[in-house]
Amino acid sequence: MRPFDYQRPETLSGAHVAARDGATFIAGGTNLIDLMKLEVMAPDTLVDISRLGLDQINTHEEGLHVGATVTNSDLAADMRVRQAYPVLARALLAGASGQLRNKATTGGNLLQRTRCPYFYDTDTPCNKRSPGSGCAALGGEMRNHAVLGTSDHCVALHPSDMAVALRALDAKVEVEDSDGTRRAIALDEFYRLPGDRPDQETTLNAGDLITGAILPAPFGGRQTYRKVRDRASYAFALVSVAAMVRMDNGRISNVALAFGGVGTRPWRDRDVENLLIGEAPSQKLFDTAGDILMKDAVLYDGLEFKDTLVRRLLTATLTELTQ
Amino acid sequence: MTFDLKIDEPHPDHRADGLAQGVLGHESDRPDGWLKVAGAATYAAEEQADDMLHGFLVRAPKIGAVTCPNLDAVRAMDGVRSVLRDPRMIRNAAQGTANEAPVQGVDRAAYVGQPVALVVAATFEQARHAAQALVVSVEEDDVPVLPDTVTPEEPEDQNTRIGDLDRAMSEAAFKVDAIYTTPSMVSAAMEPHAATAHWDGETLTLRGSLQMLKFNRNELADSVGLDPKHVRVLAPYVGGGFGSKLGISADCVAAALAAMELGQPVRVVQHRRHVFEVNTRRSETRQHIRLAADAEGRLTGLGHEALVSNLPEEEFAEPVIQGSHFAYAASNRHLGMKVARIHRPAAGSVRAPGESVGVTAFEVAMDELALSAEVDPVELRLRNIPETDPESGKPFSSHRLEAALRQGADAFGWSRRHAAPRQQREGEWWIGTGMAAAFRVNMVIEAEARITLTHDGATIRSDMTDIGTGSYAIFGQIAAELLGLPLSQIDVQLGDTRFPPGSGSGGSFGAASTGTAVWLAGMEIRQQIADRLGCAEAELTLKDGVATVANQRTTLHDLLSDETIEGHGHVKPGDAFEKVRQATFGAHFAEVAVSDVTGEVRVRRMLGSFAAGRILNPRTARSQCHGGMTWGIGMALTEELTHDRRDGHAVNRDLAGYHLPVNADVPPLDVHFVEELDDWAGPMQAKGIGELGICGAGASILNAIYNACGARVRDMPATPDRVLAAMPL
Ligand SMILES: Cc1cc2nc3c(=O)[nH]c(=O)nc-3n(C[C@H](O)[C@H](O)[C@H](O)COP(=O)(O)OP(=O)(O)OC[C@H]3O[C@@H](n4cnc5c(N)ncnc54)[C@H](O)[C@@H]3O)c2cc1C
Ligand code: SF4
Repeated sequence: MRPFDYQRPETLSGAHVAARDGATFIAGGTNLIDLMKLEVMAPDTLVDISRLGLDQINTHEEGLHVGATVTNSDLAADMRVRQAYPVLARALLAGASGQLRNKATTGGNLLQRTRCPYFYDTDTPCNKRSPGSGCAALGGEMRNHAVLGTSDHCVALHPSDMAVALRALDAKVEVEDSDGTRRAIALDEFYRLPGDRPDQETTLNAGDLITGAILPAPFGGRQTYRKVRDRASYAFALVSVAAMVRMDNGRISNVALAFGGVGTRPWRDRDVENLLIGEAPSQKLFDTAGDILMKDAVLYDGLEFKDTLVRRLLTATLTELTQ
Repeated sequence: MTFDLKIDEPHPDHRADGLAQGVLGHESDRPDGWLKVAGAATYAAEEQADDMLHGFLVRAPKIGAVTCPNLDAVRAMDGVRSVLRDPRMIRNAAQGTANEAPVQGVDRAAYVGQPVALVVAATFEQARHAAQALVVSVEEDDVPVLPDTVTPEEPEDQNTRIGDLDRAMSEAAFKVDAIYTTPSMVSAAMEPHAATAHWDGETLTLRGSLQMLKFNRNELADSVGLDPKHVRVLAPYVGGGFGSKLGISADCVAAALAAMELGQPVRVVQHRRHVFEVNTRRSETRQHIRLAADAEGRLTGLGHEALVSNLPEEEFAEPVIQGSHFAYAASNRHLGMKVARIHRPAAGSVRAPGESVGVTAFEVAMDELALSAEVDPVELRLRNIPETDPESGKPFSSHRLEAALRQGADAFGWSRRHAAPRQQREGEWWIGTGMAAAFRVNMVIEAEARITLTHDGATIRSDMTDIGTGSYAIFGQIAAELLGLPLSQIDVQLGDTRFPPGSGSGGSFGAASTGTAVWLAGMEIRQQIADRLGCAEAELTLKDGVATVANQRTTLHDLLSDETIEGHGHVKPGDAFEKVRQATFGAHFAEVAVSDVTGEVRVRRMLGSFAAGRILNPRTARSQCHGGMTWGIGMALTEELTHDRRDGHAVNRDLAGYHLPVNADVPPLDVHFVEELDDWAGPMQAKGIGELGICGAGASILNAIYNACGARVRDMPATPDRVLAAMPL
């Protein structure tokens, strides 16, 4: 860990001032501090955003507004979330461990870095950690990597469970730039594909502070989040799915599906949803949905199983929600 | 005076049953338990000293010749006091009982992760940061890192051929011929390896996290070039070892060298990521198992050949076939070991070396045989229990496998299971049960202990360690029972090489070895008391501080006034090992649910039934079995240290990436003890229990997976992808 300065402003403008000087925000610190210890990240200045009053969950004209520093535990326990957004509550509770969720925040969870083991190992090349150095994962151990949205430069997964649910929910990320100007970015536009710049993970600009997430009212029907992992708790997803399905007259009238464990960002494919809408559920339909979802998948050695697993999970989840 | 015992003969005199205090063999708290929970038991990294310096190990990023081009720049960094590149630093931890320095040197890295420097600074943070700044350049060696890319060594003395297995296979009514694999695994003890070293110009005092101090002292002395007389090692509390702390570790030697150079106390704590690579891992194994059986399922032939790996110059080879030598009768036998010399981190003992992985694979093969021969798996084991050791013909000292199988099956409700797979389903979950037998060799190691008795109570001293197992508790119980004192009047002091050399903790031998030394010391005191009272020792009743002979009562107070009586016990293994085959036996039963959709496995319940001689304290014994069974869950389902296929480095080297079972993976675990007193095990008739619980536990789960859903997984761990791939669709 490199020596660093630490500030804890009490106001948003105080945070903005620090951000203009290139400071790095710290929320729960559950990811950032690990990365700093390993010197994968080495900020000169940390700005603690825990005293900015961003820890509220409020009703909002579109649905619900979740402050950036609301913890994963508090968000999962919120009655409004549990009733209207069970997909989110379940996704949160499927993540990390109780202790981590008590510290982890909404903003931090969105911006958590990949768990690619080579990213954490400064003795190996990694384009995400040091652009242009190469990718040690390619040709190495690739069980926990992506099959969708990859490039020759990076195959790292986005590891979040929460963000998968938010993507299915069409959530927006509320951001203030360092001048205090506020904007909302649809989650669909928030994460970038790695391409040849895997170090640039989002469409945020330097100094942007996430102030919250906006959850639009869901379209009704049934929701679930299902995560497959190597142990019963405290493991990242091998594959996960956030699903919302509304049925009318025996047909799927609306559906939203997002996937974890497969993509370089929380994965959503509108073609899959367009196929399903208006159709009556059947194994054949679900098989075709799987084909569409995985049509561009790149299955590196060791990752073939994700193709099988995601299709089976998709079928089982849709079967459950359309019954 | 010393009461010496070489275990040459059986001890049919069950003295422990006739003593009066009534604490031995009963549940008892661990005296260190409260201290640990409250944080009052300090670990090696918690040693304090005003002028303490902090060292951080630097690892080799590649295999080959190492140089550090910016050494001077790093030496000039904030707070840095020294950067050691000392040729006496060790390559990896010593093997258990090595008693001498392991391979040393920093100029050539034999594996990725080898410590090649120690940065010492005023604070831990400065040392860690400077360590990160130290550039380690490696001129790379082209060396093999994959076990199946080299021609392995085949140690002749590890090769047993009796009869003609090929012929038995070709004539068999039923047979199994399959390959099973287990991955590299690590001990992953909660407490990372850590050491604080003090040097006063003559004596080196090292507080470490170590399991076998009498050996560790010599290993440390030899590594740094001191006479062992001038080395003192302390490890009163150890937060788990599981084999990874048997031998002196890199932190200890580096801390000692730094303290000797700088003349100040130095603390070196292994980073969690070091823990996974600079100590010893359990080797991955590839096991070829062949079983030939007659029409009734009686084994006519048995083959177990294993490929394991280790670094050059390491003598240890995971003794995979150890249990197969005596587990089952079969007249045609072929057992063999191969060792691939590759450049992954060093392999060494991890809890139950040999049987943990060997019995587990073998018991899966036995399940396959039971299915093809259509014999109930419990019955198949019963039919194949040998009368005498199947290779040497020696009698067994005691053999309670049958009782363990029958009692375990009853308690579990085995008779209610479906023999065929895919019979029971709850929603998407297939439900099934499986079982396996457990086998583990039993060992005694030379050990000494001393007891001093005053009218206030007794103090036991030995350099024995308690690595979380209950040594403090049971030694106190043994002494209390013999001396007739309440436990509150017994003080147990362990983990200091100034005390008599105990056995150390490892190989399940601690309780029976050092425990017997404590027993002997107690007996010597009883003899002295008897002498004072003019009676025979056997006529003496000692209870609650009072000696009773016939109707004569004398309090300890009156007997001793201000005097101290000492007893010194010394036990050695003897001819018993030549005369009989001694082992511990058990049976595991598991019920699992397997998702038909995802291949995920949930263990619903497990029951272990174990015979390990006299149970000295059911609570600590049960706790050992719980731990072993939990390891079985890890072996069957979750644990795998992955190695990069290009340079062999340990990839998932932290507790997030290396998947130990967590609470949610571990269901209620039932432990049942089979009554057994093994007369050949010494005067207490007690054997080791620390490792039996892991041996075969994973097989009961893998066999239950098959019974549930028809997926036969032969490559561990059975992660969801592997279960799905093996599931009939
Ligand atoms: C062992 C382990 C297991 C885990 N398992 C899972 C899992 O199964 N599923 C899962 O989803 N997650 C898992 N996590 C990840 C965990 O969810 C994240 O670490 C956590 O959500 C990050 O939140 P934080 O508040 O601690 O972020 P921090 O560590 O404080 O910050 C993370 C990043 O976000 C930036 N940041 C934080 N807040 C803001 C803001 N408001 N505006 C701008 N930038 C900001 C920081 O600068 C930093 O770069 C696991 C983590 C660990 C350590
Ligand atoms: S996959 Fe991405 S994060 Fe992992 S090593 Fe390659 S570039 Fe780095």
